[in-house]
Amino acid sequence: MAVELKMPALSPTMEEGTLAKWLVKKGDTIEPGDIIAEIETDKATMEFEAIDEGTIAEILVEEGAENVAVGTVIAMLAGEGEDASEVSAASSSKDVAEPSSGGDVDDVPGEGKDTGREPAEAEITKKAAAKKPVADPAIPEGTNMVSTSVREALRDAMAEEMRKDERVFVMGEEVAQYQGAYKVTQGLLDEFGPKRVIDTPITEYGFAGIGTGAAMGGLRPIVEFMTFNFAMQAIDHIVNSAAKTNYMSGGQMRCPVVFRGPNGAASRVGAQHSQNYGPWYASVPGLIVIAPYDSADAKGLLKAAIQCEDPVVFLENELLYGRSFDVPDLEDHTLPIGQARIMREGGDVTIVSYSIGVGIALEAAEKLAKEGVEAEVVDLRTLRPLDKHTVLESLAKTNRLVVVEEGWPTCSIASEIQAICMEDRFDDLDAPVLRVTNEDVPLPYAANLEKMALIDSDRVIEAVNRVTYRNRN
Amino acid sequence: MTSASDEPAASNKPQLSLHVPEPKYRPGDQVDFSHLSIPPAGEQPRPDEACEAKETAPLCHDLIRVLGDDNRAHGPWDPKLDPETLRTMLRHFALVRAFDERMFRGQRQGKTSFYMKCTGEEATSVSAAMALASDDMVFPSYRQQGVLIARGYPLIEMINQIYSNKGDKLKGRQLPIMYSSREHSFFSISGNLATQTPQAVGWAMASAIKNDSRIAATWVGEGSTAEGDFHSACTFATVYNAPVIINVINNQWAISSFSGFAGAERTTFAARALGYGLAGLRVDGNDPLAVYASQKWAADRARANGGPTLIEYFTYRAEGHSTSDDPSGYRSAQEREEWPLGDPVMRLKRHLIALGEWDEERQEEMDREAAEEVKRTTKEAEKNGILGHGLHHPFRTMFEDVFEELPWHLKEQAEQAIHERKTKFPEGLPE
Repeated sequence: MAVELKMPALSPTMEEGTLAKWLVKKGDTIEPGDIIAEIETDKATMEFEAIDEGTIAEILVEEGAENVAVGTVIAMLAGEGEDASEVSAASSSKDVAEPSSGGDVDDVPGEGKDTGREPAEAEITKKAAAKKPVADPAIPEGTNMVSTSVREALRDAMAEEMRKDERVFVMGEEVAQYQGAYKVTQGLLDEFGPKRVIDTPITEYGFAGIGTGAAMGGLRPIVEFMTFNFAMQAIDHIVNSAAKTNYMSGGQMRCPVVFRGPNGAASRVGAQHSQNYGPWYASVPGLIVIAPYDSADAKGLLKAAIQCEDPVVFLENELLYGRSFDVPDLEDHTLPIGQARIMREGGDVTIVSYSIGVGIALEAAEKLAKEGVEAEVVDLRTLRPLDKHTVLESLAKTNRLVVVEEGWPTCSIASEIQAICMEDRFDDLDAPVLRVTNEDVPLPYAANLEKMALIDSDRVIEAVNRVTYRNRN
Repeated sequence: MTSASDEPAASNKPQLSLHVPEPKYRPGDQVDFSHLSIPPAGEQPRPDEACEAKETAPLCHDLIRVLGDDNRAHGPWDPKLDPETLRTMLRHFALVRAFDERMFRGQRQGKTSFYMKCTGEEATSVSAAMALASDDMVFPSYRQQGVLIARGYPLIEMINQIYSNKGDKLKGRQLPIMYSSREHSFFSISGNLATQTPQAVGWAMASAIKNDSRIAATWVGEGSTAEGDFHSACTFATVYNAPVIINVINNQWAISSFSGFAGAERTTFAARALGYGLAGLRVDGNDPLAVYASQKWAADRARANGGPTLIEYFTYRAEGHSTSDDPSGYRSAQEREEWPLGDPVMRLKRHLIALGEWDEERQEEMDREAAEEVKRTTKEAEKNGILGHGLHHPFRTMFEDVFEELPWHLKEQAEQAIHERKTKFPEGLPE
């Protein structure tokens, strides 16, 4: 039987790579264990070994090809007794995401979207609230935008602050020679040397304490956790030491430290490595908690975090590291902490989210737009202090609100938003505020269960249908 | 900080400077391990198992070795194993190596997302496990597949777990290789480092409280000894004289961080025992006989209420940390070839040949059989599915085992989810 050789994934989060080199050619006989190709990603180069034996019948992706999606059939292998010349790829199983066809939506304000009311009542549809600029106020018009991955944006933020202020340094496991476990500190060792980019022993408890002490001692440490899942043992230093220094010293002492690293679920890293600590840290007085979505916010807010006099917990997301977004090409792109951002305007329903949830909310909003529902998407960006003004202003406009959170439902940011809406703007609500969150279980490893346990845009749409009374079930 | 060092000192107070460890060799460097002190086999004294902990102090800076360059066993630590036992050990080695090879390649083919080899370190788990009783409780790290194989855990269960398929006893809830078997007294592997060390001590204390006869053994990498958990484990072990063995696998590398980042530039890991008052042994981890003998010594001591032992197994991680790691970016490829303690599998093989109990032909035959067995079992396991092939685990299982009994809110969640799925798939559920 012919065997399809597919582009291998070197890690669960790898989506594409470069087929750097073929080490075999058509007609070659291969044995299990033979190295047949070299694959490159932005993280590493790996050798691709054969696991089956046979003859290379056809090479479908030439060497040097970039952005080859994982799972793409790159070659065909003829098995024993098969004529290699007869074998060909039956069908390319490439899964190419369909580009969203935005732009052709029938977008007449107030028409066709006012579901739940009779047409005769349409004239009482509220006018859309006065337009608020979607672009961040800090960016001047006409600024050149540069497509940058979130990973690079975070690195750039650290490098810029380190150039500016010699008190700033980075420490953590694998941050120096290895360039960070997720390559976020790429190039920093070369530029700043081993005394400002410091590899530590494997003890989150230990180096969170060292970082806290260094901040109390007048430096501005950036403490990288390989993931926030490993920082639970360090939470004592973050919560009991860093967050309380200023208060308990009667304002005499500060602790300007940044604890940063990936947070939330990645792909198939199991229950112990897939947790969202946003709600945990956001409940602690004395901490600033930031969880950006795109590259511009990652850069601007990390710079703000490093400059901040308070201890900051900066929550990144592994799945976002490789995604690229526009970043304004500015001398100093620093954003204000504690300000939410309207990612998309709409008058029918408000979707509030943060971090990776924003992408899901935006995807849902695009799908809803095709059904004539205009959703306003609010990215909280900072979880503490929470910008409830922007949330409530949007609620006043749409009267319906859904919170999207890649995390558990109980004691969540979502439940906090629900409480705020009910306490402060009960009379603005035309429907109960709903939350779309992960299932309330430790995240399973198995791909199928993991997918079902995590939020997706269909669940967001379902919630929107309910708050707009479009629920057909 | 740079400007501070550029400017002349403002006063005559001495300037301080920071030491950051740096490994001796980086990619491309010529490797020379002559600075390592490797004593001849057979010269290390063997104190009585019931001795005072402090009597082991010299052994914390020595290196217990049995197999000499002549492939013969020497000295008081020779466990005097019969040839049949040695051949069993060699067979376990062959199976572990064949298993590692195939699983590693399977990951490269997308059959699983992750794998970790133990190449070069086989003795530290296989030989150690053979020195323990089969029901002694084991709290492993993630590179102890040799313990399961030595205990006769079915290969197919390991592969089912790695593939997260419908045969997976852990129901798709654990990362690949994070095995767990109560029946084989093998505690669930933790993805967070060193948490197993205090757990092993706690388990051993409980065994003592119950007046049971079983002891506990735990494995931790030298890098992870920096975790606070390790400190807590040593403290509790010595305070309560817990019947436990703490095995530190010093394989020189914690991903890209060399052992110097865990303190190896200053002292040995075995010497950690001294400060706590634990018995401590430092052992050639690539010498299967020395590994067996030292583990047996510590097990006998613990079983006789003699107290806990910390053993450093000095070895070398011959492969990358995991399938996600490429060591050519941070260490010299020559290190593996130049490693002065050799390869444990080769050393045991040569010993058996020197005894006249083995030959190259039988070795080749055994390696081939091991590879065949793994291949056959892999194909069998693949019938249960591989990673990413379909719906392996019934939907309802997601809500189970969060608590001992399904609480009301999860019952509600599950019912709601099942209802939604029925609406979505009127043709029948993809169970």
